[in-house]
Amino acid sequence: MSETWVLALLTIVTAATPLVYAGIGELVVERAGVLNLGLEGLLLGGAVAAFAVAHLSGSATLGILAGLFAGVLLSALFAFLTLTLQSSQVATGLALTIFGIGLSALIGQPLVGIAFAGLPSLAVPGLSGIPVLGALLFQHDVLVYGSFALVGSVAWFLSRSRAGLVLRAVGDSPEAAHALGYPVIRVRYAATLFGGACAGVGGAYLSLVYTPMWVENMSAGRGWIALALVVFAIWQPGRLLFGAYLFGGISILQLHGQAMGLAVPSQLMSMLPYATTILVLVLISRDGGRIRRNAPASIGRPFHPTL
Amino acid sequence: MRLERRAAPSAAMVWGAPLIALALTLSAGCLLFALLGVSVPGALHAFFIEPVTTRYGLGELGVKAAPLIMIGVALSIGFRAQVWNIGAEGQLIVGAIAGGSVALALYEVQGWYVLPAMAAGGLAGGMAWAAIPAFLKVRFNANEILTSLMLTYIAALALSFLVSGPLRDPDGFNFPESRLFHDAALLPRLWSGTRLHLGAAVALAVVIAGWVLLSRTLLGFALRVQGQAPRAARHAGFRSSTLTWFSLLAGGAMAGLAGLFEVAGPIGQLLPSISPGYGFTAIIVAFLGRLHPVGVLFAGLIMALSYLGGESAQITLGLPLAVTGVFQGMLLFFLLATDVLIRYRVRLGATR
Repeated sequence: MSETWVLALLTIVTAATPLVYAGIGELVVERAGVLNLGLEGLLLGGAVAAFAVAHLSGSATLGILAGLFAGVLLSALFAFLTLTLQSSQVATGLALTIFGIGLSALIGQPLVGIAFAGLPSLAVPGLSGIPVLGALLFQHDVLVYGSFALVGSVAWFLSRSRAGLVLRAVGDSPEAAHALGYPVIRVRYAATLFGGACAGVGGAYLSLVYTPMWVENMSAGRGWIALALVVFAIWQPGRLLFGAYLFGGISILQLHGQAMGLAVPSQLMSMLPYATTILVLVLISRDGGRIRRNAPASIGRPFHPTL
Repeated sequence: MRLERRAAPSAAMVWGAPLIALALTLSAGCLLFALLGVSVPGALHAFFIEPVTTRYGLGELGVKAAPLIMIGVALSIGFRAQVWNIGAEGQLIVGAIAGGSVALALYEVQGWYVLPAMAAGGLAGGMAWAAIPAFLKVRFNANEILTSLMLTYIAALALSFLVSGPLRDPDGFNFPESRLFHDAALLPRLWSGTRLHLGAAVALAVVIAGWVLLSRTLLGFALRVQGQAPRAARHAGFRSSTLTWFSLLAGGAMAGLAGLFEVAGPIGQLLPSISPGYGFTAIIVAFLGRLHPVGVLFAGLIMALSYLGGESAQITLGLPLAVTGVFQGMLLFFLLATDVLIRYRVRLGATR
């Protein structure tokens, strides 16, 4: 019995990790004042690139790097359009999603139906032997540990480092940051590419670990859920981690509901994460003052240094 | 390369940019075909010429363009007011469910009123689904992009549940599909030998109605002011909540009706999947058509051709259907990129 429960609880971690990566990247992007709605496309681009490279080379590490690189490449396209050519961030993000879905399906065509071994789990010596807790906390793959390190670093970077202060200034008042001599566009480029890299790794996690295969459109809305998580987290890294694990918890119900004796049709169970996203958004958004106090003030607004 | 702001937005570029974007997409498409290892002229022929060489093909162009135009016009009204209804696909699905359920409920009935009742169901279904993000936006300030999108996933799952359960054909060997609609529940065809149905005429009417609304009514003016200068709109006494409600309900109504037309027209029953992403493609159609109903008409025809081209290229060249999505995404990218030409001049050479 405890075996099943440990397995069910481990599902939380595997379901939460891609959301953590995509969400924390987007959080940094939005803190710099850029709204990238193309997360879904970035996740899929990362997923297909990671799977293709891992399958061809046999190396999961190379696969993860490929996912990261794909995310950077796709977000560079977004950055060029929105930051250099001043296109609408909302429309460009949607374009990135549509393009990412199509391109990943095209590239992934020959990869459908191939399985991948997944990532080896790295047991922490000494601690992983603890009954139940050891399995839950200390026997994960490298990307799970990495996601915690990433959230910690981002939290430190944003609140404690000078560069993080500049990034927040760019997001809150690009005009003031520009007047002080900070390179607004360059900072936004860096943030957007970082967000793309994170989402690419999140995508890699989907196709290498969560379901170790390539399926067309396999992100199934996780990019949008991650976007909602950033709002839910009121742009705070710690809260984002919490939110991602909350959603991971919901996916237990979805995957293990039948085994737990819930006689609900699978389609209705699959609605849960989406319905929860709406609920969570409503709960957090109804306090408009709280959103306004925490949201980056210039989010979604283009900035051009010569205007 | 650097950008130089124009003294005034270029009127020529407003309509020139989409043409440049189309040309760039075509060039990038040739590159893509070359990368995929197929002959470029052959692929271009299969993609853009072959689908419209037959009467049936021309009819199909109308079949595919009708939902895109109906939804595209409604979305462009909302986008003008900066109301981002991204969930038209979900509203389309719920419209199809609601209207299709009417058809199934009236399965034994033959009467002229069956189709109008179904259309009313489609409209109501789409509007109800769009009312959720409108309410959540107006009442709780919840972002309509995210809520309408989440509702799309929920709608797709609901359709899959219904056709494999409550609405499944009792004599259908457990296949997840509904009964075939009978004749009174099918849209009349407009052109013999094709599948072109009444929806194409409705789409044209929607273009005209959209044009009248945007350019000849106070509501249309309020929508435009709201998008361009929200503060001015507030001072003029236009209520943003009314405009949000109107934009979303209009989008929902058109998407719902388009969904019903799909199941009562070319499909003829409820299936687990009833749309190749019309609700999402309509977003591209709205932008490509410059958020103008007449522009949307042409943009809808172009995007319809991209669907037909994808199918034809799949049949004659064995290319994956996903090529269509790549084309559509590229077109929107190029369009957004060339839009810069409206307000800026591009100067080649180093910065001063």
